[in-house]
Amino acid sequence: MDTDLSSQDRKDLDKFIKFFALKTVQVIVQARLGEKICTRSSSSPTGSDWFNLAIKDIPEVTHEAKKALAGQLPAVGRSMCVEISLKTSEGDSMELEIWCLEMNEKCDKEIKVSYTVYNRLSLLLKSLLAITRVTPAYRLSRKQGHEYVILYRIYFGEVQLSGLGEGFQTVRVGTVGTPVGTITLSCAYRINLAFMSTRQFERTPPIMGIIIDHFVDRPYPSSSPMHPCNYRAGEDNGAVYPSVEDSQEVCTTSFSTSPPSQCVFTVTKAHFQTPPPVVTDTLKVPVMGLAFSHQLSSSRLSYQPAALGVGSADMGYPVLFAGGLHAAHPHQLIGPGKEGGVPPIPSQPAHGTQADQERMCTPLDGVHYSAATPSSSEDTETVSNSSEGKCGSPHDLLETIFVRKVGAFVNKPINQVTMANLDIPFAMFAPKNVELEDNDPMVNPPDSPETESPLQGSLHSEGSSGSSTGNTHDDFVMIDFKPAFSKDDILPMDLGTFYREFQNPPQLSSLSIDIGAQSMAEDLDSLPEKLAVHEKNVKEFDAFVETLQ
Amino acid sequence: MNCRAEVLEVSVEGRQVEEAMLAVLHTVLLHRSTGKFHYKKEGTYSIGTVGTQDVDCDFIDFAYVRVSSEELDRALRKAVGEFKDALRGSGSDGMGQISLEFYQKKKSRWPFSDECIPWELWTIKVNVVNLANEQERQICREKVGEKLCEKIINIVEVMNRHEYLPKMPTQSEVDNVFDTSLKDVQPYLYKISYQITDSLGTSVTTTMRRLIKDTLAL
Repeated sequence: MDTDLSSQDRKDLDKFIKFFALKTVQVIVQARLGEKICTRSSSSPTGSDWFNLAIKDIPEVTHEAKKALAGQLPAVGRSMCVEISLKTSEGDSMELEIWCLEMNEKCDKEIKVSYTVYNRLSLLLKSLLAITRVTPAYRLSRKQGHEYVILYRIYFGEVQLSGLGEGFQTVRVGTVGTPVGTITLSCAYRINLAFMSTRQFERTPPIMGIIIDHFVDRPYPSSSPMHPCNYRAGEDNGAVYPSVEDSQEVCTTSFSTSPPSQCVFTVTKAHFQTPPPVVTDTLKVPVMGLAFSHQLSSSRLSYQPAALGVGSADMGYPVLFAGGLHAAHPHQLIGPGKEGGVPPIPSQPAHGTQADQERMCTPLDGVHYSAATPSSSEDTETVSNSSEGKCGSPHDLLETIFVRKVGAFVNKPINQVTMANLDIPFAMFAPKNVELEDNDPMVNPPDSPETESPLQGSLHSEGSSGSSTGNTHDDFVMIDFKPAFSKDDILPMDLGTFYREFQNPPQLSSLSIDIGAQSMAEDLDSLPEKLAVHEKNVKEFDAFVETLQ
Repeated sequence: MNCRAEVLEVSVEGRQVEEAMLAVLHTVLLHRSTGKFHYKKEGTYSIGTVGTQDVDCDFIDFAYVRVSSEELDRALRKAVGEFKDALRGSGSDGMGQISLEFYQKKKSRWPFSDECIPWELWTIKVNVVNLANEQERQICREKVGEKLCEKIINIVEVMNRHEYLPKMPTQSEVDNVFDTSLKDVQPYLYKISYQITDSLGTSVTTTMRRLIKDTLAL
């Protein structure tokens, strides 16, 4: 198959595909950071902008992508997939999209590598930029913050679409034929955003929790020393990612016009630094903008440091992932947080191509990135807890049915709970259930000044995608409307009932057309009478006006 | 050669016209713009970098990506603004269409003037609706947002067909293929024109031709 392709062309093609894959991941992840992306056009080529597009390289993302690829390229049966999922503050998660970069066997031998393929890959990246703003997850990611965060995961191998629920839709971003195969970029996205009702009752503490924290300088001192967050595996400190210029191969392209089919394409290899092997299996990396992270920094005050894993999970650190920051160490992911003599986490070799990497819960002693919004009262219910807990024994827990209470702080016996069965899109953003009062710190609110999210509740997502034991409650949704701070012993009806009743008021009569038409005639008829009455009372009106002056 | 023609139709409220048109036009131009060419010796050239930025719509639940070029944005806004004003004008039933045409110039010998040969034509048919109340407007915001998402997917699908594109020109020919007047990006030569359909259903002859060079030459 390669006989027609010169070795230089083959090398170039491999390079293009590799950097195309890396740039694809960057575009997708940056589109889900929750903030608007802006890069500048530059008329003079800098040589480091692959495909002539200004796409920033977030080092952690590049690192994750390279780790997932593990030196391989997308090929038949080996696709690069970026999974975008949503994780609520309660710890429930849901896969939203899977972006797949696939290669099939259909070759285009006639195509010129260094010219046509390159330009078409550039066009495909532009299409990707456009399409990433068009899927439902974009709007979700723009609104991420207190209630949920968006996470990404990169894996290499077979595409796993089972976590997207039924009826997911696919959009094809584009294809580019090459002499070694056709590259296809597509996205499968969930349209059924209903959550499962059942939920883990107990959250087992994670074996390891990873906190992602960009703040080296904390705005408030905490009671125990917190280490600056670095991406480390324990043996070396400060493994800051090399900046893009150091680690990326530079691409200087020049094209020839005479004859147009010829292309002089030079790629110079800059000094390439591989970051020391650090954390291995990354489960998910949260994607959030810096702006949000600033808000959350203060909420870490109330957390008590504890042993690794449990402690870090307890703290419910927000997972912050800065995109395009200007902080001193903008792109540091935190490895296992080291507080109070926590043992370092052993690194594992990257399971780039193993099937189990594709599961949502990678081996428990791998390193996990966890996302949680700050909620001081929910010490034991952070996301990382739930993710690890799920990994540990997800399936039996998920089969427990829980009774929900109505109202955040309702002192209602359990048997009075009513459940509403709603199956609405974006149902998770409707106010949620809470778990049992005993376990719910919200019922006994702490005196902490931290404000909890007004719509606390429990959303119950289906277990991990690809959970082998399967979940019988795939499409079952139970969401009860439970506004915060409502007690139903004050009024016969609580705030929730009130809201429900008056949520859809009838249309104003003056706005409905036929009644309006009828009353118009009546209005006109009654006008003279009204005028006569007003004229009679002219003196009163005048006196009134004078009092105002 | 044959000119490839694509037609998109949208129904929007009056205040959404501008953003909807800009979203579509910018998306098309994102795909049809490259970095600035810098020709070197021996007939080789290098290409500048195209930056992008996200734009949020105020009247539509929608966001799109456009090329980071203020000049290009200004030119499109001017054209769309005129289209919007014409739509609002008298004799219009709120129906019209705006066209984005990519063309190549072919130099002809004197005394014939240069020919403009279109190779791609995008037409957006617009139907302006009037809404009675805020609730309808809210629904319209969402619906138009969804429709625009579909249009973007359609546009990307067409772009992905990798059909005819003009050959990369030599330095002397570059102005026949690309618009080189912008300082940061280089779109293919294009022109925007529009037509308003009056209430009788006939096309009013408000076709306006604008060559980007002419506007900037003012």
